[in-house]
Amino acid sequence: MNQSARLAESVGSKRIPSAKKKEDYLKRAFPFYLMIFPGLLVFLVFKYVPMFGVFIAFKNYSPFRGVWKSEWIGLENFVRLFSENDFLLLLKNTLYLNLLDTFIAFPFTILVALFLNEVRKKHFKNAIQTILYAPHFLSWVVVVGITMLFLRTQDGGVNVLLNALGFESINFFSNAGSFRFIWLFHNIWQGAGWGAIIYLAAIASINPSLYEAATMDGASRLRQIWHITLPSLKTVIVIMFILRLGNFIDVGFEHIFLLQNPLNLHVSDVFETYVYRIGLVQGDFSYSTAVGLFKSVVGLVMIVAANTIAKRLGEEGVY
Amino acid sequence: MEKLMSKGDRVFTVLVYAFLIVFTLLILFPLFYVVSTSFAPEGDYYRGFFLIPSSWTLEAYQYLLYNPSFVSAFKSSVVITIFGTIISMTLTSLMAYGLSERWLKGRSVINFLILFTMLFSGGLIPTYLVVSGLHLVDTYWALWLPGAVSAFSVIVIRGFFTSLPYELKESARIDGCGEWRLFAALILPLSKPVIATFTLFGIVGNWNTYFSAVIYLNDGSKWPLQVFLRQMLILEDEKIGELAEALFTYTPAARMAAILITALPLLVIYPFLQKYFNKGMFIGSLKG
Repeated sequence: MNQSARLAESVGSKRIPSAKKKEDYLKRAFPFYLMIFPGLLVFLVFKYVPMFGVFIAFKNYSPFRGVWKSEWIGLENFVRLFSENDFLLLLKNTLYLNLLDTFIAFPFTILVALFLNEVRKKHFKNAIQTILYAPHFLSWVVVVGITMLFLRTQDGGVNVLLNALGFESINFFSNAGSFRFIWLFHNIWQGAGWGAIIYLAAIASINPSLYEAATMDGASRLRQIWHITLPSLKTVIVIMFILRLGNFIDVGFEHIFLLQNPLNLHVSDVFETYVYRIGLVQGDFSYSTAVGLFKSVVGLVMIVAANTIAKRLGEEGVY
Repeated sequence: MEKLMSKGDRVFTVLVYAFLIVFTLLILFPLFYVVSTSFAPEGDYYRGFFLIPSSWTLEAYQYLLYNPSFVSAFKSSVVITIFGTIISMTLTSLMAYGLSERWLKGRSVINFLILFTMLFSGGLIPTYLVVSGLHLVDTYWALWLPGAVSAFSVIVIRGFFTSLPYELKESARIDGCGEWRLFAALILPLSKPVIATFTLFGIVGNWNTYFSAVIYLNDGSKWPLQVFLRQMLILEDEKIGELAEALFTYTPAARMAAILITALPLLVIYPFLQKYFNKGMFIGSLKG
């Protein structure tokens, strides 16, 4: 009997003894399990083992005693976190940066998509799009590196321009305001073009007859955006917004880390950079794991909450 | 049929074009500056800020080519990128394919395990302890394995595989085609857009990897380009650490040339794959 006939039988007929059925199922399923296995192993080892590894947050971990033999200290690390001044600072910086991003970079991305959609000349649109995507492919090391060369106090382009206009040079790396501005500017510079893809794809699926009808009725371009394009994008915008909210406690570690220096630490320190500094640099593994765990739990609560709210409002959720 | 535009629409169109052109120039200008400075002779360093070099020279590139740390960093990046992408694409696409068979038992449990990693993570320190516990520190495996499969890519690719017509697979099976061959000879070629897009993401992620290299590679000879570049550009400017003095030998042209060499491979590749990721394959797949 060839494989497919056996297959048809095992699916179709109930007369086959269950032992044989089971054997057939295994034979048929085996290659698929084999395909899934290596990936699953990576998930288990590098995602799930660390998830259970968070219990060292409740221990006084010492590298010499190892994970198992270190003593339990209960919630001590969390008490320390909440009572430390750093905690409020981390929370404030995280919220501040995320609010900037959500209220400026997020709408800006949608604006870029809407405007790109208004360009009727195809070649021009394609050329612009290609250029707008480019920064997405640059690493933060490159982006931050170029910025630093531009903003150098002595001979950076921006300060040369300021001097030429009669202003004093600004040391951009030592003050709080410029850190936040540079960070936000980077997010827009690097992300707005790329982020627009998802909205452009959604716009492409809008029925063109809606626009034709609107044009017939004499609706201006702006009115068409307001009454057709934006309402059609509602679901995508809500989904992207939920994802944004769910990541409210994350701020994109590498970017901040590269912009951070001792002079702007009071505005640039966020949970991830704090965990890195306390944990890997200073070697306080337990406490920094506790900080990381706090962050992960808040992140989980945020995304579940955002999703629930979206569903209550009659929108589709993320999951 | 292009109708005459009303006055309001004309103003609006001008605004749209002005906005896009300004934003485009804002992106091009720094890149142009990097390119032009990298071809400047050493003497230009004393001119202060300039956009066009006094003469065009390859000095900076020659200098980097003969700098052993730069060459070794470049090689590291190439190795990390090629193997990292192959490993990750193999594991991810196989896993996604296996999970696209709806009748497979345990499938929904595994799907949930995957989805959950998007919502919660053990964090930096426990992950570091696992990697170091497996003795992967100071090997490239520390960069390749922990992020080899991500929930997002498995979910999107699985979605694509599931959307392929089932009869296609069934008829191949009836012809006696084994599952592995079916996957390699039929499914993969049919999934070119999604596979190309994620291969590009893999290349970008691996080439641009910085932080994992900083934590997991203590051995300077294994450092990829990004870490080398950071040392070269940022530490010097901030004058932090004892390295500052020693590194001051890099001219601005050399630094720009290093930036350009680091950025160029990806800037050359992505326009060719643009047609794939432009298609908006993410829309349907956003929902798990």
